[in-house]
Amino acid sequence: MNATNHYDAIVIGGGPAGLTAGIYLSRARLKTLILNEGTVGGQLVLTHEIANYPGVESISGYQLSNIMRKQAKSFGCDIKSNISIESLELEGEEKRITLSDGKIYTSDSIILSPGGRSRTLGVSGEDNFKGKGISYCATCDGDFFTDKEIVVVGGGNSALEEAVSLTKYARKVTIVHQFDHFQAFEHAVEEAWEHPKISFVMESTITAFYGGENLESVDIKNLKSGETRRFKTDGVFIFIGYIPNTEFLKEKLELNKWGEIVVKPDMATNIEGVYAAGDSTAKRFRQVTTAVSDGTIAALAASNFVHESKSKKKELIEI
Amino acid sequence: MLYTNLKHIESAAEHAQIINENENVMVICGRMGPMCIPVYGIAEELEEEYTHVKFCDMEFDNPESYIIRQLPEVRGFMGIPFTIYYKNGKVAKATSSIQTKTQVTAILDKEFASTVNA
Repeated sequence: MNATNHYDAIVIGGGPAGLTAGIYLSRARLKTLILNEGTVGGQLVLTHEIANYPGVESISGYQLSNIMRKQAKSFGCDIKSNISIESLELEGEEKRITLSDGKIYTSDSIILSPGGRSRTLGVSGEDNFKGKGISYCATCDGDFFTDKEIVVVGGGNSALEEAVSLTKYARKVTIVHQFDHFQAFEHAVEEAWEHPKISFVMESTITAFYGGENLESVDIKNLKSGETRRFKTDGVFIFIGYIPNTEFLKEKLELNKWGEIVVKPDMATNIEGVYAAGDSTAKRFRQVTTAVSDGTIAALAASNFVHESKSKKKELIEI
Repeated sequence: MLYTNLKHIESAAEHAQIINENENVMVICGRMGPMCIPVYGIAEELEEEYTHVKFCDMEFDNPESYIIRQLPEVRGFMGIPFTIYYKNGKVAKATSSIQTKTQVTAILDKEFASTVNA
């Protein structure tokens, strides 16, 4: 292996957990590489304003992630973003990552922090009408639906709060939810129920999108009766939660039934030398601060692991 | 204000000058929101590689962005950013809402020929 492509630690994912790990590892003088499939900053960059990050009164997620990136780079951390991982070998002393462009990187230790992404419905027509009637962001696209009739899909806090927010623009909002009750906080549910512009289609889901240049209608299936009906609409906003970006880790290490990485208190996975941090791990709370904490712990544990491994190798050579 | 490292287009006149003085131009017209930021990030990443393309952004809420919002190619668009690819001053392609790096590079490679430094 080319020495320039070998690192003490490779971090997969450049959100707040991965960037924090990069800062700690490179500051500990470990040769560190962050590989990131999307934009550096992960979901942090998508947050308009962060007002509860200790020590910072108010900052945009984009600015905060840029500072974290600069910090990591200033300590010597290499960062490669918008890459695509072709294959990953986690077992054994030397971990190996092959990118889709053929480049190969190896390391003594790996920290997995691939984060999560918005869940899509994954039904017929969804890709065709993205940006032409289908949206995943009310603040971004709400004003395109002024005086129009729209559907909001989901039953959590985001769905109900955004449905209420969209009534500023839309003439009518119909919430489609798969269960007979909502998972959102009570105050959000009450506000939506009481809103005169909002109506509800419960125990139902969208199964297809139709239209010409723009979205014109959807199929709504009642999950109880199995009956499907065509429903005219100008737009659909989808807020059905997040899923961890761990598909590439299936059958490579222990994931729980939701696809989240199972970690020990020191963020170690079930594979020696492999750690995980951030939103892709199995845990209850997902905040920037918890991601930063995870990244710190994972980096310190990985750093310790790398130093111990190197010491053992040195001892063996001396014997 | 767009907090990106791309060239910011501030006026319709500047927009006209850029698309007339550069053979290949990509303009991302959006806000600092979740659908737009990933596209800015992709453009920033590609700037070094696609040296024959001028990468710019323009604030969607800047009244001067009418120059993009009035294009016939964006009629029916209902999601930002509006991303416009100009070849010799003419619209070669326009997309609405978030795009992946694969989608962006496919358009760049098709409309502006393959990257020089790939």
